[in-house]
Amino acid sequence: MVPISTLHYLIVAAALFVLGVVGVLTRRNLVVILMSIELILNAVNLNLVAFSRMWGNLHGQVFSIFITADAAAEAAAGLGILIAFFRNKETVNVDEIDLLKW
Amino acid sequence: MPDNYFARYLPLLMHFGIATVLASIIVTLSYLVGQHKPNIAKMSPYECGVQPIGDTRGRFSVKFYLVAMLFILFDVEAVFLYPWAVILRELKMFGFWEMMVYIAIVLVGLFYVWKKGVLDWGLIAGKRGDI
Amino acid sequence: MKVISLTEYKLMLPMLELVIFALGILLIDLIIPRDWKWLNAVGAFVGLFFAAVCVWQIQATLPGGAVGFSGALLVDHFAVFFWYLFLAAAGITVLMSERYLDLEDEHSGEYYALLLLSVVGMMCMAAGIDVVLIFIGLELMAISTYVLVGFLRRERRSNEAAIKYFLLGAFSSGIFAYGLSIFYGLAGSTNLQEIHRSILAQNPRHPVIVIALLTTMTGLFFKIAAVPFHQWAPDAYEGAPTSISGFMSVAVKAAAWAMLLRILIFALFPLRSVYVPIVVFVAIATMTLANFAALSQTNTKRLLAYSSIAHVGYMLLAFVAMGTSEPGSPAFSDGFKGILIYLLVYTFMNLGAFAVITSLRQRQVIGDELEDMAGLYHRAPVEAVLMLLFLLSLAGIPPAAGFLGKYYIFLSLVESRHYGLAALGVIYSLLGLYYYLKIANAMLIRESKETKPLFVSIGMRCAVGVTALATIVIGIYPEPFIQGVSRSLPTWAKPTAPTLRQ
Repeated sequence: MVPISTLHYLIVAAALFVLGVVGVLTRRNLVVILMSIELILNAVNLNLVAFSRMWGNLHGQVFSIFITADAAAEAAAGLGILIAFFRNKETVNVDEIDLLKW
Repeated sequence: MPDNYFARYLPLLMHFGIATVLASIIVTLSYLVGQHKPNIAKMSPYECGVQPIGDTRGRFSVKFYLVAMLFILFDVEAVFLYPWAVILRELKMFGFWEMMVYIAIVLVGLFYVWKKGVLDWGLIAGKRGDI
Repeated sequence: MKVISLTEYKLMLPMLELVIFALGILLIDLIIPRDWKWLNAVGAFVGLFFAAVCVWQIQATLPGGAVGFSGALLVDHFAVFFWYLFLAAAGITVLMSERYLDLEDEHSGEYYALLLLSVVGMMCMAAGIDVVLIFIGLELMAISTYVLVGFLRRERRSNEAAIKYFLLGAFSSGIFAYGLSIFYGLAGSTNLQEIHRSILAQNPRHPVIVIALLTTMTGLFFKIAAVPFHQWAPDAYEGAPTSISGFMSVAVKAAAWAMLLRILIFALFPLRSVYVPIVVFVAIATMTLANFAALSQTNTKRLLAYSSIAHVGYMLLAFVAMGTSEPGSPAFSDGFKGILIYLLVYTFMNLGAFAVITSLRQRQVIGDELEDMAGLYHRAPVEAVLMLLFLLSLAGIPPAAGFLGKYYIFLSLVESRHYGLAALGVIYSLLGLYYYLKIANAMLIRESKETKPLFVSIGMRCAVGVTALATIVIGIYPEPFIQGVSRSLPTWAKPTAPTLRQ
C-alpha cells in the first residue's frame, strides 16, 4: 500500500482542473459553466492545501480561504447577472447569447 | 489493530455489504410473497393525501435565488472568523479591533440588503419592487 | 506576535479611505431622494481627491520603497505611479458619468461605490508583491467591473456583455489562480520575492514550471485582452455603459499591466527564455488581428475596443524588447519606460475619445454608431476638434502625446535589435491611422440629419478638457513625466525595512 503523498493530491487537483476547463469549453448551459468554474477554483484550493502541508507553513491555507470567499462572491455576482439577463431574454443557453458579434 | 490504512476500515465495508444484502432480501421477499391489487387511489403520488396539482418543475420566485445568494455570501464571510478565533489570544486587542472592522463592513452589507427590501418576504416586498 | 505598525497603515491609507467612501456612498444613497442623486457623484469625486492627497503624502515621504503587512504590500514609485493613474482615470470617469446615468435612468450610488471599490482592487494589484494580495485585488476589481458592465439592467446588450465578460473573466481568474498555486508549491511562499529566489535555483524548462508559467500567463493575457484571449473585450466594451467602457479600456487595462509587470518582470524574470517566444507570437497576433478587425467596424465603441487591443500589441512589443535584454541596459529601461508612458498617455487620450462618444448619448439617441458621429463639427465644434486631437494621438502623430509612447517602444525595439518587429509595429500604426481617420471623416466632412447643437454637460466639458490638456501637455513637455517614470524602474534588491521618513 502506497502512502498518500503530495503528488496524489496534485493529480486529483489536476484532474479537477482539467474537468473544469473542459466543462467551461463544452457545456452550453450557463449555470453548468458557472459550476465548472467553481470546480477549477476547488482544484486550486486542493493544490494550495496540499502544498501547504508539504511545506509545513500556512500561506497556502490562508490563500485557499481567500479563494473560497472569492468563489462565493463571484458566484453571487454571476448569478445576479444571470438573473438580470434571464428576465430580459428567458434563456440560460450560451448559444442564444448572440446580440453582440463582429 | 492492522497497521494498513485501508485494512482498518474493513469492518465498515463489511457492515455496508451486510446491510445492502439484508435490505435487498427483505424487499425482494415482500415483492414475491405479497399480493398486488393496484387501483388509481393507490397509485397516486400521495396515497392518503391531496391530489397533486401541476408539474414538479415549476418556476421559483426570484426571491429564493436572492436569499440563497445572500446566504452563501454571509456564510462564507463567517469562514474568516475561524482562523481568527484560533489565535485571538495571541493577537490580543489588535486582532479584536481588526475583526470588529471586518464585521462592521459585513454589517454595512447586511444593512444595505435589508434596506433594499431583499429580506422582506411577501407582499410588502413587491411594493418596493426594484430588486 | 508582530503587531502591524502605524506607518504600515499609512501605506494603505488611500485604499482604506476609498473603502470608507464607497461604503458611505452605498449607505447615503439609500436615504437621499431621486433629485439629489448627483450627490453620489460629488461624494465619489471627493473620495478620489482625498485618496490622491494621501498618495501624494506617501510619495513625498517615500525613500526607495516601503514594504508593509508582512511583506505583502510594496509601495514604491512604480506603485505610486499606477495609483495616480487609477485615481485620475476614475475621477475623469465620474465626471463623464453623471449626466449619462441620468439619461439612462439608472441613478444609483452603487455605480460610484463599485467604481471606487474597483479602484481599491487595482491599487492592491499595483502595490501587491504577495500573490494573495494581488489575486484578491484582481478579483475585487473584476467583480466590481462585471457588475458595472451589466449596470443598464433593462438593456439586453448590457446584460449580454456582462455575462460574456463575467464568464470569461471568472474562467481566466481560475486558470490564473491555478498557476499561482503551483508557484506557491515551488517556492513554499506566496511572496513574489521568495518565488523569484526559488525560481533562480531551478531549471526554467522543468515541465511543472512550464505548466505554472503557461497557466499564469493565460490569466494575465486574458486580463490585458491579448489575442487569442481577447474575445471578451469588444463585446464587453460595446455593451457596457459608455463611461464604463472608457474606464475599463484604461484603468482596468493599466491595472492588468501593473500586475503583469510585477509578476513576469519582478518575480519570473529568470523564466524569460521560456516566455519571450510566446510573447513575440502573441504580440504579432494581437496587432494583426486587432488592426484588421478594427477596419470593418461601424460601431465606434467596438472600433475603439479593437484599437485598444491593438495598443496592447504595441506594448507587448516593448515587453519583448525588455525580455531579450539585460536589466540596466538602455533597451530594458526604454522598454519599461515605453510601457508606462504608453499607459499614462493612453489613459488620457482614450478616456477623452470615450468621453466624446458618451456625450453623444441624448434622450432618443444611443450614439455609439459611426453614423451618430456625422456632422459633429457643426453640432459641437470644440468637441469635434478635441476628438480629432484624441484620434491623432491614438494614431501616434506628433506632437500629440500618443507619439511619445510609440517613440519609446520603437526605440527600445531598435536598441535590442528587433528591426523586424519595429517595422511591423510602424506598418500597423499606419494601418491604424486609416480607421481613426474614418471616425474623423464622419465627424468633420459628412452631413448629419441632426443639425441642432449638441448639449454637453459641465462635468463632461471638464472631462474632455482635462484629457485634452493632458494629451497636449504630455506631448509637448514630456520631461517631468519621463523622469517620474524612470524612477519606477524595477529593482531586485530586497526593499529596506518598512519605514517612512516622518
